[in-house]
Amino acid sequence: MSTIKSDIYGVLAECKNPKQLIDVAQLVNNSGYKKFDTFSPFPIHGMDKAMSLKKSKLGWIVFGHGLLGLIGGFSMIYYMMVIDYPLNIGGKPLFNLPAWIPVMFELTILLSAFGAVFGMFYLNGLPKLNHPLFTSDNFKKATDDGFFICIESEDPQFDSEKVQKLLKNAGAENIEEVYDL
Amino acid sequence: MSKKYEYVPEPALVKGNHDFSSITALVTDINMRPTPKLWYVAFGISNLLLFVLLFSIAYLIWEGTGIWGLNQPVGWGWAIINFVWWVGIGHAGTLISAILFLFRQGWRTAINRFAEAMTIFAVMCAGIFPAIHVGRIWVIYWVFPIPNSMAMWPNFNSPLLWDVFAVSTYFTVSLLFWYVGLVPDLATIRDRIKSKAGKIIYGIGALGWRGSNRHWWNYEKSYMILAGLATPLVLSVHTIVSFDFAVSIIPGWHTTIFPPYFVAGAVFSGFAMVLTLMIICRKIYKLEDIMTVDHIEKMNLIILVTGSMVGFAYIMEFFIAWYGQVEYEKAIFIIRATGPYAWAYWIMIACNVLSPQFFWSKKLRRNVTFTFIISIVVNIGMWFERFVITVTSLSTDYLPSSWGYYSPTMWDILTYIGTFGLFFTFFLLFLRFLPMVAVAELKGVMPQADPHNYNEDGEYVEPTVEVPEPKKISTE
Repeated sequence: MSTIKSDIYGVLAECKNPKQLIDVAQLVNNSGYKKFDTFSPFPIHGMDKAMSLKKSKLGWIVFGHGLLGLIGGFSMIYYMMVIDYPLNIGGKPLFNLPAWIPVMFELTILLSAFGAVFGMFYLNGLPKLNHPLFTSDNFKKATDDGFFICIESEDPQFDSEKVQKLLKNAGAENIEEVYDL
Repeated sequence: MSKKYEYVPEPALVKGNHDFSSITALVTDINMRPTPKLWYVAFGISNLLLFVLLFSIAYLIWEGTGIWGLNQPVGWGWAIINFVWWVGIGHAGTLISAILFLFRQGWRTAINRFAEAMTIFAVMCAGIFPAIHVGRIWVIYWVFPIPNSMAMWPNFNSPLLWDVFAVSTYFTVSLLFWYVGLVPDLATIRDRIKSKAGKIIYGIGALGWRGSNRHWWNYEKSYMILAGLATPLVLSVHTIVSFDFAVSIIPGWHTTIFPPYFVAGAVFSGFAMVLTLMIICRKIYKLEDIMTVDHIEKMNLIILVTGSMVGFAYIMEFFIAWYGQVEYEKAIFIIRATGPYAWAYWIMIACNVLSPQFFWSKKLRRNVTFTFIISIVVNIGMWFERFVITVTSLSTDYLPSSWGYYSPTMWDILTYIGTFGLFFTFFLLFLRFLPMVAVAELKGVMPQADPHNYNEDGEYVEPTVEVPEPKKISTE
């Protein structure tokens, strides 16, 4: 039978409220841990500073997509209306940019929105239907009213006992080890 | 001289003594409780109406658009009226979810999920009409730039084609926006629901969301960008819908006021529809703590503002017709107010211009029953607005010899009634299976969510507002 104990994923601890979570995150960050994450049912103001999160790259993804929509939309219409199927409507110019603006605009928005949604999921590594943290029963509260912090074993400084002590001293509760699947 | 200074605090967004978990329970328990009997009754009636719609469409495809009351020159009838009406209703959802988000209006969180769902289903109802109006629905793909055996492309100079792109983009972006908002709440249900099937289905929908703050960081950015994209989009959609009319040379349509006037009208009717649905749902599902009277009052204020804008546009149209000194333009407006369709015109004025004026009274805009009545009256009025615009201009065109009176047939009416079946079928499914309030967002605007509202010991303290003492002005 499989008696091999799987590898440790990290140490999970629960905080009482958003304020305590921010304080603990700040402490963990100051202690030099890099691979850690906090979990809350809603985004908490100031958490980016406490965790030293870098600016999201999403804006650039959206900009790229928007540009693609604009240029792609223009090229498509130009090809169809001027090159491939020129249609003489009352002798008006074939290259009729003002009338093309609505469609170019809509395509810019459409592609940007795709970039904003799928880019966000890509940056977050979702969909990922299974995760070591889901093995913790207590963690179910993270989408209700629980505030959690997890220091991952991938962190070079990681030492389970030290980490547990740090979190305990900071006032976190329900400290537990989480194992890889 | 003494003045009394009084600090009027913003009303709390969530009433009653709630914490995070009681809010979760209040909203998501609705999805996890056994289905109420009343739901089945409502769903049955909706399905019946949906069947009416499907039958009307099937008969239309079989027989052709001749079954409608259309004639020459009234080539656009109820189909276009219903299309504009439904799309307009949809706009309130995007306004609430995107524009109010950019303006940091915390109260939107109670109603945005709800209103966005309404948007999606309303746009679905709207999209049916132009699609079946083309007559030969089996070649509907001609409206899209798809390579075909005729080696032809659609005409990108045509407002009708712009409309195809505008409405389909609008539907797609609204759906994406709605889904992004739903992901954290689907995760909440995934973690709470008992049944195995429920866990799997909601789990797939939640995409493995676990509330990570590294994720929230990108998520909030994405949400803000989407709001920034949806705002010009919603304005562009009804602008382009109005171009269907304004770019033509029909008197009464060929006016530059149409885009802003249509957008204001859309928001006006959409807010009314949100109110109609919300007032029923908050009562049935006991969500009065979340969808409070303060919300109703704020929405009534928007109805008052947009209703007055619409009223102003009606006056302006008359003024410009006179000021422009075009005979046809002048004639059409006189015909609108005094001609064969004067009854429709005055219904429109009464419902859209006069009825919202009651909301100048604070007492009336906080009265739930009164608001409910007005919200229905407004939507009747907005339907008649589109009727007046479409039918009067077409039935009395440049050639008096072809003037005639337009009446709908039974099939026009059945198709329109049928779309309510489609709308409510989807809406009831939404109420039953998806959280109707954005739980994660609502928690985010509660005072307990702000780390600043905790003292040194980590205990929650009610936020207090420092009211500055009025400066004493020396009168010596």
